[in-house]
Amino acid sequence: MDLYVYPEFEVVRNEKKCICCQACSRQCANLVHSYDEATDCMEADDSKCVNCHRCVTLCPTKALKIVKSDHTFRPNANWSQATINELYLQANSGGVLLSSMGNPQPHPSYFDRLLLNASQVTNPSIDPLREPMETKVFLGRKTPVPPLEANNTTAVPEPYNPDGTLKTEMSPQIELSMPLMFSAMSYGSISYNAHASLARAATQLGICYNTGEGGLHKDFYQYGPNTIVQVASGRFGIHADYLDAGAAVEIKMGQGAKPGIGGHLPGKKNVGQVAQTRMTPEGSDAISPAPHHDIYSIEDLRQLVYSLKEATGNRKPIIVKIAAVHNVAAIASGIARSGADIIAIDGFRGGTGAAPTRIRDNVGIPIELALACVDARLRDEGIRDDVSLVVGGSIRSSADWIKAIALGADACYIATGALMALGCHLCRSCHTALCNWGIATQRPDLVKRLNPEIGTQHLVNLVHAWQHELKEVMGGMGINSVEALRGNRLMLRAVGMTKEEMNMLGVKMAGESA
Amino acid sequence: MKKIYVREDWCLGCHLCEYYCANANLGGGDMWKNLKGKAIRPRIRVEGDNNVSFAVQCRHCDEPHCLKGCIAGAISIIEGVVSIDQNKCVGCCTCVLTCPYGCIVPTETGVMSKCELCVNNAGQAKKDKEGGIVGFIPACVQNCPNNAIVVEETEVTA
Ligand code: SF4
Ligand code: SF4
Ligand code: SF4
Ligand code: SF4
Ligand code: SF4
Repeated sequence: MDLYVYPEFEVVRNEKKCICCQACSRQCANLVHSYDEATDCMEADDSKCVNCHRCVTLCPTKALKIVKSDHTFRPNANWSQATINELYLQANSGGVLLSSMGNPQPHPSYFDRLLLNASQVTNPSIDPLREPMETKVFLGRKTPVPPLEANNTTAVPEPYNPDGTLKTEMSPQIELSMPLMFSAMSYGSISYNAHASLARAATQLGICYNTGEGGLHKDFYQYGPNTIVQVASGRFGIHADYLDAGAAVEIKMGQGAKPGIGGHLPGKKNVGQVAQTRMTPEGSDAISPAPHHDIYSIEDLRQLVYSLKEATGNRKPIIVKIAAVHNVAAIASGIARSGADIIAIDGFRGGTGAAPTRIRDNVGIPIELALACVDARLRDEGIRDDVSLVVGGSIRSSADWIKAIALGADACYIATGALMALGCHLCRSCHTALCNWGIATQRPDLVKRLNPEIGTQHLVNLVHAWQHELKEVMGGMGINSVEALRGNRLMLRAVGMTKEEMNMLGVKMAGESA
Repeated sequence: MKKIYVREDWCLGCHLCEYYCANANLGGGDMWKNLKGKAIRPRIRVEGDNNVSFAVQCRHCDEPHCLKGCIAGAISIIEGVVSIDQNKCVGCCTCVLTCPYGCIVPTETGVMSKCELCVNNAGQAKKDKEGGIVGFIPACVQNCPNNAIVVEETEVTA
């Protein structure tokens, strides 16, 4: 007999309001609801509910709510309910616990303990509705272009030609209408319609979305100028046209949700267009190795960076994406010297389609600290302008975004937030591939639930709203260009932090003058 | 004139349009008060299963068979909307038989009803700032969760 785990959630139906329309039973892919003819009543099997709110949202009489069960073990501050249940599950299955989306643990947030500045009396604030406010940014190397040879080891090339004239050639750049992009999510981990929504929204907004490691569906080449194509350890879906299709190429070394871990798309999901796009045999497991098997050093990375530069005729900036881990500053310094144009860092709260729970919840470091120490290190070494810095890993609101820019980011990646605009309710069951919102699934009847017209509009609305908020905050600070906010840590003050934390972030205590 | 189009690519087969339609035609307001415990008589019907489904309602034909067949002269075209005068309808069901799409629905009292694009449902009125009625939004269009039913302005064919 298996150890019994009581359902985490209970489906509460207001019988007075329920009209037995069965929309809930038709829409729940987890088969929680059913209609009982004998009693003319709806029933629910709580044990299958993942709390995705699909039924709650669609119920026409608003007769439904999902509550956290108050069923309890004998309270124990050391053994939490979740810990006990997880132990029972493992005793039953003998397996590694799987989960998805970002780290839900109550680790401290540094963004929440940073406060922003505004102008008063001695310096004027700006009204963004009346005066121009520049949010456009360019990502890429801002220093002179190093010669295109993999064995050239001068990290900082001479800004002058041998005849004494100034070098004016610019490295390729990504132009963004605002310092925000949708981060990598592969076709396979998310649906065709989710990709369509992201691609169309990025195009309308003048920003970029990212293919993730699953290749680029042929229908989406038209959004190329707003696409970042990824090269990951599985090398799925990569060919010359693919590399050339995007605005930039991203080498994925790691991911915040599961640093040090590869990926695994089970054969039963690697079918049809997903398999075609990945250029893998249908029905075979698509396994992304944990490391790139040809990269064991910065020198190896440099070879791949330069191979990709050559493959794209030196017209595309190369991004190297890593997870925020303990040695992130030294690693980033190496990446900057490898010839990469942009470094993307993914914090420990970043999302995923599937990860071992223990890794998601315990490996990596907060993005705020990683960003601050990488920015400081690159400045100290005089190579900050050789690369742009993009950070992600739970940018939850424009406030987090603005604080990240002030800490030194050239741009931010959002993914969880973008999926939420598409309907995701953070039920964290992507790994079951039964997403009721048509996002993290390939089942045609579920994929259909995400109409890209609606999805695109929601994404555009969200990002526009954030852009307005960015402009208002900048205006309040008396700053009229986002370039002037970048790395402007004087615009930040800390509350409730230790001296070490403030040192690491390079910010002053609230109340301290500049 | 306005026509409703269904886009079967996006229809989820949730049948919600049927309930919103039934409710709108019972005066709107709290759905559970109108529909609890009753068999609904929606003027829109969802056909198909989980994989392919689409909603069917009156096409507001240019030359309606229902109108031609009606023995009581109860059906007429009012501003492009094929409408039934329920005071004139004698419940003979000729229109039910003649409509090629099966869009005429008998009411509880025996007279017929059909989709009139919600133009007679006060609850679906679109109002301007002063509260004047500027049009009607069909309940099915308004409440379809996936934009699978849309209302579009079309040219009047002479
Ligand atoms: S899994 Fe989602 S749709 Fe199903 S009952 Fe739970 S909340 Fe509702
Ligand atoms: S969707 Fe709401 S009204 Fe319809 S059967 Fe479910 S609980 Fe009842
Ligand atoms: S409400 Fe929309 S999606 Fe649902 S059955 Fe009707 S037309 Fe289809
Ligand atoms: S009820 Fe049928 S025949 Fe009459 S206008 Fe509508 S679709 Fe045409
Ligand atoms: S327009 Fe109104 S009456 Fe016609 S099908 Fe839609 S909800 Fe029903």
